[in-house]
Parts: sequence; C-alpha cells; structure tokens
Amino acid sequence: MALARKRATDEPNQVPDKIAISLTVNGVERQLDVAPWTTLLDVLRDHLDLTGTKKGCDHGQCGACTVLVDGRRINSCLTLAVMKDGAKITTIEGLATDGVLHPLQQAFIDHDAFQCGYCTPGQICSALGLIAEGKAKTADEIRELMSGNICRCGAYPNIVAAIRQVMGQS
Amino acid sequence: MINFQYARASDVADAVRMIAADPAAKFIAGGTNLIDLMKEDVERPTRLIDISRLPLKSVEETAYGGLRIGALVPNSDLAYHPLVAQRYPLLASAILAGASQQLRNMASTGGNLLQRTRCAYFYDTATPCNKREPGSGCSAHNGLNRMHAILGTSESCIATHPSDMCVALAALDATVHVAGPAGERAIAFADFHRLPGTTPQRDTNLQPDEIVTAVELPARGFAKNYSYLKIRDRLSYAFALVSVAATIELDGDTIKEARLALGGVAHKPWRDAGAEAALRGQTANPTTFAHAADLLLRDAKGFTHNAFKIELARKVIVRTLTQAARGTPQSQSNKKIR
Repeated sequence: MALARKRATDEPNQVPDKIAISLTVNGVERQLDVAPWTTLLDVLRDHLDLTGTKKGCDHGQCGACTVLVDGRRINSCLTLAVMKDGAKITTIEGLATDGVLHPLQQAFIDHDAFQCGYCTPGQICSALGLIAEGKAKTADEIRELMSGNICRCGAYPNIVAAIRQVMGQS
Repeated sequence: MINFQYARASDVADAVRMIAADPAAKFIAGGTNLIDLMKEDVERPTRLIDISRLPLKSVEETAYGGLRIGALVPNSDLAYHPLVAQRYPLLASAILAGASQQLRNMASTGGNLLQRTRCAYFYDTATPCNKREPGSGCSAHNGLNRMHAILGTSESCIATHPSDMCVALAALDATVHVAGPAGERAIAFADFHRLPGTTPQRDTNLQPDEIVTAVELPARGFAKNYSYLKIRDRLSYAFALVSVAATIELDGDTIKEARLALGGVAHKPWRDAGAEAALRGQTANPTTFAHAADLLLRDAKGFTHNAFKIELARKVIVRTLTQAARGTPQSQSNKKIR
C-alpha cells in the first residue's frame, strides 16, 4: 500500500515559532509562550505545574481533564492553548478559598464520592459547570449531564449525592 | 500529532482567502473532532486556521419565520436557546442526545455537520480505509462492523455519519449557508452530506475552499408532534446504533404530513420520500408506521455483525412515530422508552 502522505514518523515540518499568550488561571494572569499544538491540559500540567487536572484518555472520552474556560466546562485535552488566549481558566486548584474547601469538594468527602480519586478533579469541575448551567433539576438530569465524566471505581451514586447536596436537594 | 502552523482569521473573507491559499490547511472552531483525529495521525494539516473568533455566533429570526443559526453557535447554546426549545424541540432533543455537556459546550454548529465517522478502521492508521487512504480498501466490510451502515453503502465504504444534530436538521429540511471564493451559496440539507459511492473520502459537498457560515431552519418546527429516539450501547454519551427523528402533523387521527430521518444507519442522515409519502393521509397507528418502516428499509443490507440493525430500525421507527403522534417525545434524561 503506497502511503503518499506525510506520516508522523517522517521529518517534521518546519517548527513554527512559539506563540505568546495570556491566560488568567485561577485569578492569576500568566504570560506563556506555547507551541501551536500544545493543549490547554498540557499547559496546565507541564507549564504551570497545576497537576490537579488529570490526563486520562487524552481524547475527550473520560472527562478527567475537565476545567472551566470563561465559566463553561470543557475538555482541556481537546483544546489548543493558543485558541484560548485571553481566557479565564478555573481548575481544581482554584476552588478552595483561604484554605476552606469549596462546598463541592467538601460534599465529595462527605459522601465518599471517590475511591482512587483520579477522576475527581474533573468530576468536581464538571459539577461546578453543571450547577452554573442550571439545567439539571432531578437526579436523572444530573446523571445525564455528568455523563461526560467516567469513574472507573464506580462511585457514581455518591457523586450524584454529593452534587445534590450542593444543589440543596439532600 | 504533526507540527503545524497556526493563524487566526479576522473575518469570513479572510478565512476563505487563507484556506484557498493553502490546500494543506484546515479550519478549526470547537476542535473536538479535529484535534482528536490529529492526535491519532488521521488528520495531518500543516496549518490550522482558527475561525473560532469570527462573528458567526448569533441565532436570529429570518424574514420567513425561521431561524438562522451562526456556524459558531456552540451545540449546548443551540439546544438551550429559547427559540429552539420552543419552536424546534426536535433539534434541541437530538443535540442533547449526543456527546457530553463538555463537548457540546465546545463543539460548533458548523463543526457538527463536518465531523467525521467514528469507524474504528478510519481511526486506525495501521489498517486499510478508503475514506482515510483512497484505494487502500475497506477493513470494515469483513471486519468488526457492528456499528456500521445498513443503507446506502458501497463496496468502498460502510461507515456511518455520527451526528445526532444532523438527523434532526435533515428532518427539519434545514439549509446550509456557505461562503467561498466565488461568493455565498445555499445547500439543501439533503444535498450537503454524500453517500460513499466510489469517493468515501468526501463526506460532504462543501468544497475545500468553502466555509460553513450558517444553518437555516424553515418556519415549520413540528413543535407539537415530534420525537428523537436514540438506541445505543449505554444510556448516555455513546454513538447511535440506530436513531430516529420523527415529526408528524395530524388532523384528528389522520397524518397530514410526516417526516422521518435516521441516524446510525448510513453515511448521511437517511430520509426516504417514499416512506414519508406512505404515511400521508393514513391513520396514525402502528400498522401504518410499520408499513412505512418496511418501505424505508426495503433495500437495507446487513453485514457480518450489524444485520440486527434492520429489525432494530424497524422497531425504533414505529416507536418514535408512536411517540410523535401521541405528543409524548422521548426524554433525553429519563431514558425509559415509552
């Protein structure tokens, strides 16, 4: 089979210059020089040492990388950092204030809403987005609108209970 | 992912100029599908043209009583837009049946139309795939083809179009507005996506130097009698095995007009004029619906692992039309099918 197209293993294209961007991460403005292909997830973890946001599948299927961009929950693994120049980013590290846990963080502890904890930062950021959206009123709706966050330990019932607590439903 | 250059388009004309000047470039908006495919080495653009900041983000009423949806309106915003929720609940329902809320927050209207198949062989660069590598062969024909098409297939390709939103847009007779070097043109939704034929590498009739600017909905929204029913391997966040969008206009028990569009069964959202004609003037009951389903599926062809889709589609068509006729559309949060 003749493969005429350039493969990843071929000589790379000419490496473009890095691009200067500004992100406000958890209230702090950060100036960064990033390659065009650097994802927001990699910027957070590798450039800013904010390793609370997790890389699970790296393909938008697991939700572990969920953060809020300008108040909306998104998958940071499928987001190019250069495209978010000027945006406000909220990660799990930005939720507690003055050493006091965010109500969602406390609720996850209260309800034992995790086992290994790897999906938890994404679950909590996703729940923060869900509550801000205001579309989920029932447990069914919470489950449906949290379906982008996979928990392989299977803590789903307790995650729903934790979210309901913060929504004032329990 | 290969290295690539990055540039931002300042307006639609600028975007068209940039893509015309560089055939190896691609537009990027939400990026949910393109970045995934670039990570898999399936898409290898040497330049990304960022169109995410173009002013194509509004939903406006048209002079004809319809809606014009900017190509960059995020899927979630569209589903929750008051005019869509009120007048085109079929569209809202279909959007909310697809992907996850994070992805819907990112994905654009235009990008949803242009997303590519999730055929595993298209994604796997170690296997032949006529869509990815024209002329290399189709691995799905004799491979794991449980998710694949049963209608409109060709020797070259049996992939399905993955969108839920597009199934509703097909049922609603939407129009796609595009811009290119020669100006603007409008494409009827039925003519936008293609069947695979001998050129499965081309998903749509959009030209390489054209950009989607808007999707327009006609005035009729069928807000009273509609349903979108999606059957999949898990209850949420999975692609359709079979999905059906149905709308009916009733006069008492008599069907004045009905529309049926299917997802998960073909290379494009599937409509069948003959099946819809067979519903017109008939009494809305399961016998009528089953007859239309038989007509729609008369040429359906199963492969090794997906022949079950033919009977599944028959049942989902009948159930969805029943839900539409009763005025009890499928809920996308309570998944019990009634």
